[in-house]
Amino acid sequence: MLAMSQPISRDDVAHVARLARLRLTDDELDEFTGQLAAVLAHAADVEALDVTGIEPTAHPMPLRNVVRADVVRPSIDRAEVLAAAPAIEAGQFKVPSILGEEP
Amino acid sequence: MNTTTPTPGTAAQIADDVRRGVRSARSVVDEHLARIDAREADIHAFNLVLRTESLAAADAIDAKVAAGDDPGPLAGVPVALKDNLCTHGVPTTCSSRILEGWRPPYDATVVDRLRRAGAIVIGKTNLDEFAMGSSTENSAFGPTRNPHDLSRVPGGSSGGSAAAVAAGFAPVALGSDTGGSIRQPASLCGVVGVKPTYGAVSRYGLIAFASSLDQIGPFSTSVHDAAIMLEIIGGHDPLDSTSIPQAAPSLVEVLGRGVDGLRIGIVAELAGEGIAPDVLARLHEAARVLEKAGATVDSATVPAVVYGLSAYYLIAPAEASSNLARYDGVRYGLRVDAPSSSEMNELSRTAGFGAEVKRRIMLGTYALSAGYYDAYYGKAQKVRTLIINDFATAYRTFDLLLSPTSPTTAFALGAKTADPLTMYLNDICTIPSNLAGQPAISVPFGVGDDGLPIGVQLLAPLLGEPTMFRAAAVLEAAMSVGS
Repeated sequence: MLAMSQPISRDDVAHVARLARLRLTDDELDEFTGQLAAVLAHAADVEALDVTGIEPTAHPMPLRNVVRADVVRPSIDRAEVLAAAPAIEAGQFKVPSILGEEP
Repeated sequence: MNTTTPTPGTAAQIADDVRRGVRSARSVVDEHLARIDAREADIHAFNLVLRTESLAAADAIDAKVAAGDDPGPLAGVPVALKDNLCTHGVPTTCSSRILEGWRPPYDATVVDRLRRAGAIVIGKTNLDEFAMGSSTENSAFGPTRNPHDLSRVPGGSSGGSAAAVAAGFAPVALGSDTGGSIRQPASLCGVVGVKPTYGAVSRYGLIAFASSLDQIGPFSTSVHDAAIMLEIIGGHDPLDSTSIPQAAPSLVEVLGRGVDGLRIGIVAELAGEGIAPDVLARLHEAARVLEKAGATVDSATVPAVVYGLSAYYLIAPAEASSNLARYDGVRYGLRVDAPSSSEMNELSRTAGFGAEVKRRIMLGTYALSAGYYDAYYGKAQKVRTLIINDFATAYRTFDLLLSPTSPTTAFALGAKTADPLTMYLNDICTIPSNLAGQPAISVPFGVGDDGLPIGVQLLAPLLGEPTMFRAAAVLEAAMSVGS
């Protein structure tokens, strides 16, 4: 596990931007690196906390799977949904080529 | 300053008048539209004013009254909606270019419930893009200004809703609160703002930011109006799997019960360093008022809340990075054309999101990424448990907790935009309630040295809204006597 005290690097930010599908200019990379480092440095104050034996909280309320009766009922109008899409064809969302791409 | 402008009445008064037929819904809407015409150009509370639609809705309400039907407990009441709440066929933008022009194919549950109660949607209000911010300066459509001083921010992220109520554009509004986005702008604009218990209000149709923290709640000029709103929008909704399976609590009927015998604790960790002296002075005055009304007030300690900001700025961005992955240029919103799908996806997100949204997506992606997950997100989730445990300990001694809502009064536009961390510090008093899922309310309680509004915050354990509203009503009554 990597320590929090190790500051985020420009390369880290470039990597994270790629993962998040965001394209950054060189100037943006510099600016975001400094800003994210400052926020993460502040967040590092939790590093000193002893949380041994403490369970993580993902959610403030105890949640169970919620199921409902399998009854047919009206749903959102398909034509209305498709009307909001940037491109459609034959009742489906249309996108540029996805074959032959890097994953 | 415009604090003394007479308003066209509270939601309760308007609904009462319209139901009895002594005032038409159309005249109510006309009055509010006139107020919007007079000041909206300066304030920019709205992304969209629904002029024609609100007048048509008013006529429908008046027709019901004329026919002897009761339009409901919010008959003819104009309501402003934060523009991250879906409205069927009406643009819903989250103040982001990526959703500009998108018309949702359905209404949020809260919108549906308000309409069924006779309320009239008068407009969609400005916000920090995707509710990420504390000043409403992060909007793609320009900032909202504080109606009390146009050089100051209204707070955020629900700054448009807070400003709309403060300016009398609508007697009530809805916002969403992920780390203080209802309570902090309510404090800065001098209105009431409530973050209900997590799960108490359906989020179906609220565009997600951080799903374990987001909650919808009301803005109003009176505690009574906030109680009415919460009774109408609260209660179980089968369309939201996080909705608590019980009815909305009765709040209006408990408002007059006072605080005699209640034990109220001032959160020591939020009542010292980092809080402006004039804000602390109002906090201690609020404590005296509650004590005079029969409560016992003492210092309370919730040690882990000092780590709230750190935990929040790991958890909320992590959830946001996941929630905002859906904006891919495929099904709705902005698409920048490109020869391949992955390039189209990347160019659309790059063009559609503003700087703060990008910052938080990257922060969250980093906190969740391989090698860092345990150190950041995992640790933050454990800190969240510590905060919940410390609140539980405090609530063994106290019925309610008291703190400032915001560390300062409204700050100048541009004062904190250069340094994100400085902006994040606005939320230190409000974030702990979101992490714990607990309810909290900001009640206007006088003004600071600069003459601008100051709110105090009452915090309660899960589902503690009735007790919280009783204390809020006591503080409000003291202010109306005082003024």
